[in-house]
Amino acid sequence: MSRYRKIVYKAFTSILFIAFFLSGNNVLAQDGAALFKANCANCHKPDKDYTGPALKGVRAGEPNADWVYKWVANPAGMISTDPHAKMLFAKYGPTVMTAFPQLKKEEIDAILKYADDYTETKAPPPPGESTDAGGDNSLLFGILTLVLAVIAFVLLQVNSNLRKLTDEKEGVHRGEPVPFYRNKTYLMIGVLALFTLAGYFLVNSAIGLGRQKGYQPEQPIYYSHKVHAGVNQISCLYCHGGAQDSKQASIPSVNQCMNCHMAIKEYTGEPILKEDGKMVNGTAEIQKLYSYAGWNPDKKQYNPDNDHDGIPDGARPIEWIKIHNLPDHVYFNHSQHVKVGKQQCQTCHGNIQEMPEVHQFAELSMGWCINCHRETKVDFLNKETGEGNKFYSIYEKFHNDLKNHKMDSVTVESIGGTECQKCHY
Amino acid sequence: MNNKKYWQNFGDLTQSERFQEDSKKEFKEELELLPLEDLESKGLLDAKTPRRDFLKYLGFSTAAAALAASCEMPVRKAVPYLHRPDDLIPGVPNYYASTYVNGGDAISVVVKQRDGRPIKIEGNELSTITRGGTNAQSQASVLDLYDPIRLRHPLQKSGNDFKEITSFDAFDKMVGDAIASVAGKPLVLLTSTINSPSTLEIIAAFLAKYPGSRHVQYDAVSYSGMLLANEACYGKRAIPSYRFDKAKTIVSLGADFLGTWLNPVEFSRQYSETKKIKGEKPELSRHIQFESMISMTGGNADDRFLHKPSETGAVALALLAKVGGTVTAPAISDAKLSKGIDLAAAALNATKGSSLVVCSSNDVNIQVIVNAINEAIGAGGNTINWAATSNSRKGIDADMVKLASDISNGSIGGLFVYDCNPVYTYSDGKKLGEAIAKLPLSVSFNLTMDETTEQCKYILPSNHWLESWGDTEPRTGYISVIQPIINPLFKTRAFQTSLLKWSGVSTASASATVVKDSTGKEMPVVAAGIPADEYETYHKNYWLSKLGSTDSWNKALQDGLVEPSSPAIGAGSYNGGNVSAAASKILPKSGAIEVVLYQKVSIGTGAQANNPWLQELPDPITKVTWDNYAMLSPDLAKTLLGIDVARNQREADNYEVHPEKPVLKVTVNGKVLELPALIIPGMQNATIAVAVGYGRESINKDTDKKTNLDRIGRAAYGAGKNAYPFVGFDGTSFIYNAVATAEKTGDTYPLAQTQVHGFTEGRPVVYETNLASFIANPEALLEEPNTERKNLVPDGKTDYVTDATMYPNFSKPGIKWGMSIDLNTCTGCSACIVACTAENNVSVVGKMQVQRAHEMHWLRIDRYFVGDLENPDVLFQPMLCQHCDNAPCENVCPVAATNHSSEGLNQMIYNRCIGTRYCANNCPYKVRRFNWLDFTGADSFANNQEPLRNVDLDEAVFQMNDDLARMVLNPDVTVRSRGVMEKCSFCVQRLQDSKLEAKKQQDPTLVRNVKTACMQACPTDAIFFGNVNDRESEVYKIRNVEQTNRNFYVIEQLHTLPNVSYLAKVRNTDRKVASDEETQEEKLSNEKAEA
Repeated sequence: MSRYRKIVYKAFTSILFIAFFLSGNNVLAQDGAALFKANCANCHKPDKDYTGPALKGVRAGEPNADWVYKWVANPAGMISTDPHAKMLFAKYGPTVMTAFPQLKKEEIDAILKYADDYTETKAPPPPGESTDAGGDNSLLFGILTLVLAVIAFVLLQVNSNLRKLTDEKEGVHRGEPVPFYRNKTYLMIGVLALFTLAGYFLVNSAIGLGRQKGYQPEQPIYYSHKVHAGVNQISCLYCHGGAQDSKQASIPSVNQCMNCHMAIKEYTGEPILKEDGKMVNGTAEIQKLYSYAGWNPDKKQYNPDNDHDGIPDGARPIEWIKIHNLPDHVYFNHSQHVKVGKQQCQTCHGNIQEMPEVHQFAELSMGWCINCHRETKVDFLNKETGEGNKFYSIYEKFHNDLKNHKMDSVTVESIGGTECQKCHY
Repeated sequence: MNNKKYWQNFGDLTQSERFQEDSKKEFKEELELLPLEDLESKGLLDAKTPRRDFLKYLGFSTAAAALAASCEMPVRKAVPYLHRPDDLIPGVPNYYASTYVNGGDAISVVVKQRDGRPIKIEGNELSTITRGGTNAQSQASVLDLYDPIRLRHPLQKSGNDFKEITSFDAFDKMVGDAIASVAGKPLVLLTSTINSPSTLEIIAAFLAKYPGSRHVQYDAVSYSGMLLANEACYGKRAIPSYRFDKAKTIVSLGADFLGTWLNPVEFSRQYSETKKIKGEKPELSRHIQFESMISMTGGNADDRFLHKPSETGAVALALLAKVGGTVTAPAISDAKLSKGIDLAAAALNATKGSSLVVCSSNDVNIQVIVNAINEAIGAGGNTINWAATSNSRKGIDADMVKLASDISNGSIGGLFVYDCNPVYTYSDGKKLGEAIAKLPLSVSFNLTMDETTEQCKYILPSNHWLESWGDTEPRTGYISVIQPIINPLFKTRAFQTSLLKWSGVSTASASATVVKDSTGKEMPVVAAGIPADEYETYHKNYWLSKLGSTDSWNKALQDGLVEPSSPAIGAGSYNGGNVSAAASKILPKSGAIEVVLYQKVSIGTGAQANNPWLQELPDPITKVTWDNYAMLSPDLAKTLLGIDVARNQREADNYEVHPEKPVLKVTVNGKVLELPALIIPGMQNATIAVAVGYGRESINKDTDKKTNLDRIGRAAYGAGKNAYPFVGFDGTSFIYNAVATAEKTGDTYPLAQTQVHGFTEGRPVVYETNLASFIANPEALLEEPNTERKNLVPDGKTDYVTDATMYPNFSKPGIKWGMSIDLNTCTGCSACIVACTAENNVSVVGKMQVQRAHEMHWLRIDRYFVGDLENPDVLFQPMLCQHCDNAPCENVCPVAATNHSSEGLNQMIYNRCIGTRYCANNCPYKVRRFNWLDFTGADSFANNQEPLRNVDLDEAVFQMNDDLARMVLNPDVTVRSRGVMEKCSFCVQRLQDSKLEAKKQQDPTLVRNVKTACMQACPTDAIFFGNVNDRESEVYKIRNVEQTNRNFYVIEQLHTLPNVSYLAKVRNTDRKVASDEETQEEKLSNEKAEA
C-alpha cells in the first residue's frame, strides 16, 4: 500500500510541477475543449466532417483570419452575401449553422486551437470495471470449503475408527458401528444443509423476480449509444433533456433525431459488430429512422401530408423496448438526481457511451437504491463559505452538529432519503 | 369532562343499549370467511369445504399465482412522440386557465394537464369573483369528460334505436333539408342559461336567419320569480350581484347560498371573509336563517328559525313591517318564529347599510317584498350591487310553459336542445317528451343520451367544456374564458359551430378590425387548418376585435379572465315596486303536511348525476350517499311512521342501526312518490323535504336495464327518485313547495349513510363558544383541554410533548408539515372531499359497500348536532389523517407498513401492507380506509371482479374500472389494490414536488407555496398547510401567534401529538352556546324525573 501511495504522490507532484509551467497555455486548451463540447460537439468533430466540417485546420481554408468571428456570430446573414459562406452552405446544407454571438474572439480561438491540437485518444477505462475478480474468489472459497468439509469428514471417520480401536483395547464392547451413510447425525446435517441451500436459492430467486439486470432487448432500430455518446460525444441531455426537468428522462421524439439526421445520411464510422459477430449496416439503420420520420432523403424533405392527419405520410412513432423498468409503486424522479443530486448518468446506467446496444447496468433493486442513499452526501450548504445548495439552510440542527463535530457529513439518509414515502406513495 | 353534549345520531343522544354495544364493536363486520363452525360439528369431510375442495383450491391458487407471477417479464414499450409539442415535457404537468360551465354556473378554474390529459381542476386565484374557490361539482366535472356514456358520434333516430351518421357534412345536409321542409313554422332553440357573449351573438344570427324562431332559456331550478320581481322594482330583468363580504347582518329566507343558491362559490368566499376571527376584538357577521328544512347554510347560521314552507311570504312581510315597511304584518302563531323575526329585524336595523336579505322563493310577490326589505335596510349599493349584475340565471318560467304547450299542439317547426334536459326536469316531462318525439324536426346537442335526447330525431353531441373554446360572463363586465385542454375525445362538435354552419354566418364579417401584435405586425385571425365557420375561429375573431390586440388576447387566455380594473358598484333605481299589491297576492295554501324541494350540494339539478364521485359524496347534513329521500322531523316521524326516536330507545335503535328505512308514500297534486324516510333533527314539524336531481331514467325504464345503464349511466340509474313532477306552476313561475299528503307503505328501502359508525363517545372533539364570551374571556374557550394537558405532565416535568409519554421524542430537523383547519369558516360544502378523491385516486365503492361502512374517502366531514333536538346547532369538522407524531397506528403494524417520517408525515406504504387492519382498529380518529375489494381495477386479473357484479359491487364501480374513466387517474399516485390499507398522505406527491422545486431553485421559502388538494379547493380558506418549523409560514403564525386562543387538537389527551390542528368555532349569537344551555340529555332526564 505504501508503495502505491508513494507512486501516486510522485506522480501528483510532478503533474503539479508541469502544470505550473504550462499553466498559461493549458487553461486555454482546457477552455477550448470545454467550449467545444458545450457548443460545437453536436454538429462538429475536430478531425472529421460531420453535420458541419471538421474544425481541425479549418482556418487555413478561410479567406482571412477574422472571417471566422463574423461567421460564428451570424452564419445565416453570411450565407446570402459571403462567397466562402455560400460555398460552405452548398456543401453542408440545408441546415444552417446555429449562431453563437455570445462567443468571444478568444473563445473561438480557443476552440479552434483545441481542434488543431486534437489527436484521437482512447477513452479512459471506465471506473469500477476491475471488480470482476469477486466471482473467482467465491469459487476459490467454495473449493476451500469443500476441501475442508472433506477433511473434516475424513477426520471424523478416523476419529470414530480410533475410538473403536481404543474401545476394543479397553475391552469396552460397543455395537456394530453404523456406516456413515446411515448415521442419523450425518443424515440430519445433510438434510439441514440441503434445506438451507434450497431455501437460500428459493428466497434469492423470489427476491430476484422482476429484476432484470443485464436485460438487453433487440430494439426496432439498432441505435448505438457508443457511436452517439461515445465516439461523437453528444451530451446525454441533448436527447434525454427530460432528465433535468422531469421525473422521466424520456426518449427523444423522432423530430429530435432528425435535427442531426437530416444532414447525416450515412454511417461512415468504424464498423459496428453485434455480439454474434454480425456486421451492422449503420446507413441502413439511418434509413429506418427516415421511414419512421416520413422523411425523403433524396428530396431532403418530409413526405407530404395527403391524409391530413397533421403528420407526414408514413410517419409513425418508434416503439422502443423499455429497458429500465421500475414497479408501479415506486416513484423515481430523474431531475431530483441529475439536477439536485448532480449525479452522473453513468452512476446508474453504467458506461453507456461504450454500449453499442444498451443493457441494464444496475440491479435497480430497493437495496441498491438505499445503499446509495446511505452513502451519498448531499450538496449541503456550508454556511461559512456559502457553497452548497441554499435549500439546506433550514436544517438548523445539522448546521450546529457539523459545527460541533457531532456529525461529519450530511448524507441523503440524514435528510430523510431512506424513508418510505420518499419513493412510495 | 366537558358537560357539552355533541351528538351525531339519536342513539348517541339517548345513549341507547344498542348504541353502547355498537360503539364497543366499531367494525360492524360479520364476515364468514370459512365455515369453521361446520367443521367442528360435522367432521371434516361433511363440512361445506371438504378436504378435496380444499386441495382443489390450493392447487388452483398455486397454479394461478405461478401464472400471474410467471418468471417471464412482460416486454414493455416506450413510445416517444413523433413530434413533441414544444410546451410539453413528458412527466411534467401543465396548467391552463379555463372555466367550468354547467347550466349558467361559471367558475374560473385552472386545469392540471398531465401528458395531454386533464386530470384535476383547481380554482383560479386571479378571479375576483371566486378568488380561487371551487365547489364539489366543478371539482368532479373532470370525471364527466371521461364518462363512458358520452355520445361518440352524431346520431339519427331510426325506429326505437339510433344509427350513426358518419360525417358532419352529411349531418349538416340532413338538418338543412329538415329545416327547409318545416319552413313557415318557427324554430325554437331551447337552452340552459347562456351567459357567453359570443354564443349569444351566434344565436342572434341564427334567429335572424330563420324569422319567427325564438330562443328559450330554461333553468332546471328556476330563479324566474326573482328576475320578474326585479323587473317590476328596478326595471331590469336581472339578478344583482351580492356582496356578503360587506354584510354585518345576513338574513336568509330559505336560501342555501353557501351550498346551492345562485353562485355558492362566490358567496362562500365572501361569507368566509365575515367569519374570520381577527385581532383581539373580532367582528363577525350575524347570520340568521329562516327555513323549513335543515340546509347546509342553515347549519352554518348563528341563529336559525323554522317555519312552514307556505309561511315564507308571511315571514317576509313580517320582516318588512318591522324594518319600516308600510304593510300589515300577518299574525304569526309560532312564538319562537315571531321572536326570531323580531331578532332578525332588530339586527337588520342595527346595521343599516350593511345588512342583506336573500330569499330562495320563486314567487314573484315574495321577491318584491324582499326587494322592499333590502331597500328599507339600505342594502342597495352596499351589499347589493346593481352596477354589475349576475348573469347566471335568465330563464323565465312562463316562456317554458308556453313552449311546452306549443310543442304539444304542434305549432313548432323544429326544436334545438342544448345543455338542458326538460323531459327530466320539467314537471310534466313525460308528456313533453312524447310531444317532442312527434315534432318533425328535433335536434339535441347534449353530451349524453339523456331523457330529452332520447326523444330527438337528430343528435349532434357537443364538446365537453374541457374540449371547448368559449367564454362566459357570469357577472356583467367580468369575462371568464374557456380554452380546450384536450382535443375532443370523440367525434363531437361545438354547438356554436353547428349554429354557425346552419345559419350560414361567415366569420369574416365579425373580424372587421385588423389585429396587430406588439411589434405592429398584422396577425392572421384565422388559425391555420381550421375552416372559417368553426366556432374556434369565430370566437378568436370576436375577442381579438373586442380586446384589440393579440397580446391582450393571449393575456386573457393565460389568466383565463378579463375583469374591469375597478369594480362598478351602485344601487338600482328602485321604483317602490307595488308592495301592497304584492302583499295582497301572497295567499299561500297551507296544509297539515307540506313538501319542499331542494338541491343537494353534490347532485344539484341532476345534470351531473352520472358522476360517481358526486353520487358517493355524502350530503353535508344527512350524510346519505347515492339516494334522495324524504327528510322529516322526529315529531312528524312519530305521527307518520309511529317511530319515536327522541324518547323510545328501542325504536331509535331499530331505525338508526339498520340501513333499511321505512318508505313513505308522498302525494302532491295526485302525483305519487315512494321515498325512504330520513328522520333528521332541525326539520320543521309539518315539512317533508325532497331533493331533486335523482331518479334519472330512460324511456325504456320498465323493460330494459341495459339501455338504462348505457344511456343514463351506471351511476345515475337507480339512484333515488325523480322529484321534479312535484314542481308546481302558479301562472307566473314554478313553485318548489306544495301541500302534500304522506303515509307509511310498510316497505323499507336501504339508505347508505356514512356517519352512523363515527361515534364521539362523549369525548370533546369540537369546541365552540359565542362571540361575546370569546371577547370577554378568550382563554376560557380551551380551558378544559389546556388544564387536562397540564395534569398529564408528571410532577417535576414541564413539557407535555416530551414528558407525558414513555415513547422517545424524535427531532424533525428540516421541515415539519402541519395543517390548521378553521371550524369557523368551514361551511361543510365538501369541495375538499371531491378534490381529494381526484388528486389521490380514491376509489368509488358503490352504495352496497357504503352501507357496509367501506367508503374510501380520505377526508370526511363529520357533522355534529348540538343542543335542542327540534332545532339544533350544527358543526362541521373535516376529519382526515392527523399525522400524529406519536401515532397509535404505527406501533401496532406487524410489518412496519405505516411509520413516521422525519418531516412529521405518517407514512402508509401500500406495497408493504399485508392487510391486518390493526392500524385502523387502533386509530382514535377512524380515518384509515381498507380496500376490501379491487375498486379501481388495479388487480392483475382482468375480470376477477366480475362475479361480484351486483352482488357486492354496484354497476357504478365498474364504471370507474372502465379504461376511459381510468384516464382521470393521477399518474403520480399509486392505484391501490385489494387488501391494503390507505389514508390521507397530506398529498405527499405535492410536498415532494414543492421540495424538489425549492432545491432546484435553491430557495427554501418556495415550499411555502405548496397547497394540498383540499386546501386548494376550499372556497372559504378554512384550511391552511405548511412547514411548522418555518416561523414565517401561515400555519406557524396561526398556531403560535394569531389564533392561540382557538387552537386545539382533537382528543389530544391521548398524547397522539397530531399534526392537524383545529380552530374552535365562535358563533355570533346572544344565545348561550351549548355549554351553558340545558343539554338534551339533561332535558330528557328531567322529563323522565317529572314523569
